[in-house]
Amino acid sequence: MIGKKLGMTSIFDETGRSIVCTVIEAGPNVVTQVKTSDGKDGYDAVQLGFGAKKAKRTTKALAGHFAAAGVDAAQTVREFRDFAVDATLGASLAVSDLFNEGEEIDVVGTSKGKGFQGVMRRHGFGGVGGATHGQHNRLRAPGSIGASSDPSRVFKGTRMAGRTGGDRVKVKNLRVVRILADSNLILVRGAVPGPKGSIVELHKKKTA
Amino acid sequence: MATDFIRLIDETQKRDDFPRFNPGDTINVHVRVIEGDKERIQQYQGVVIAVRGSGNSRTFTVRKIGANGVGVERIFPINTPRIAKIEVMQEGRVRRAKLFYLRKLRGKAARIKQKRRDTSK
Repeated sequence: MIGKKLGMTSIFDETGRSIVCTVIEAGPNVVTQVKTSDGKDGYDAVQLGFGAKKAKRTTKALAGHFAAAGVDAAQTVREFRDFAVDATLGASLAVSDLFNEGEEIDVVGTSKGKGFQGVMRRHGFGGVGGATHGQHNRLRAPGSIGASSDPSRVFKGTRMAGRTGGDRVKVKNLRVVRILADSNLILVRGAVPGPKGSIVELHKKKTA
Repeated sequence: MATDFIRLIDETQKRDDFPRFNPGDTINVHVRVIEGDKERIQQYQGVVIAVRGSGNSRTFTVRKIGANGVGVERIFPINTPRIAKIEVMQEGRVRRAKLFYLRKLRGKAARIKQKRRDTSK
């Protein structure tokens, strides 16, 4: 389901250990579309909506889409393949409908953008040599990017400097520490990609 | 909005059954020690030399002089369920929030003056 990352804190478990966890405001999500493999879409999926959006800010096309489902305009719409529970069009889903405490789930987010970064930060390169013996301006350089006349070109996919972060990242096997059903909060152990206030997807762990 | 929810969660972890104490105070911490499947209480008495952090990550540091004059410092999370009880033995009069200077001092110099109660009033 779709949620919003609120931030991080820590709580104590029964044995007194401190568990660092991310707080995610998850839901309520509304079912905006149900796709079936024997229908015209040809595959099983559920489309969910999260958050409120002003009717004025909603495009006519989306407004019609929401009206067909009989729900209010949602800010974020995401599709989930092979949804775990039966979903009916227009139904509202809460965190506790899908997840249980103690379960392991996968969380997808968009990582924080880092801008244009060099190869040391972007790919974990070691940098070039040492700082002494007259070496002065190549400390963080990438080094060689390939051979000479053969192949006379740089191979595609060679790791170089460039835009870093802002990618879709999935973190697997995060344990659900606690679910606060009345305030739609879910606490998962560990960190989740993205800044506070960003949209995250919560997935059931894939069984196969 | 967002921080409110986090504060809400921190609030559920809060322990308000302890007395207030400040840096410079001598306190006795009753720690629950779990050995195998048995649990017992261990007492740890010393001077609070620092309180740091906020919310649920708030901790305090207690320094005592152990066997052979070896200084021992323990850091406790303020809301940990592993503390059974805290007793304030003596309130100390100190002029700063972090008493790290005590680490350099030995014996008589490392004493902290007791806080004077207002007897004039």
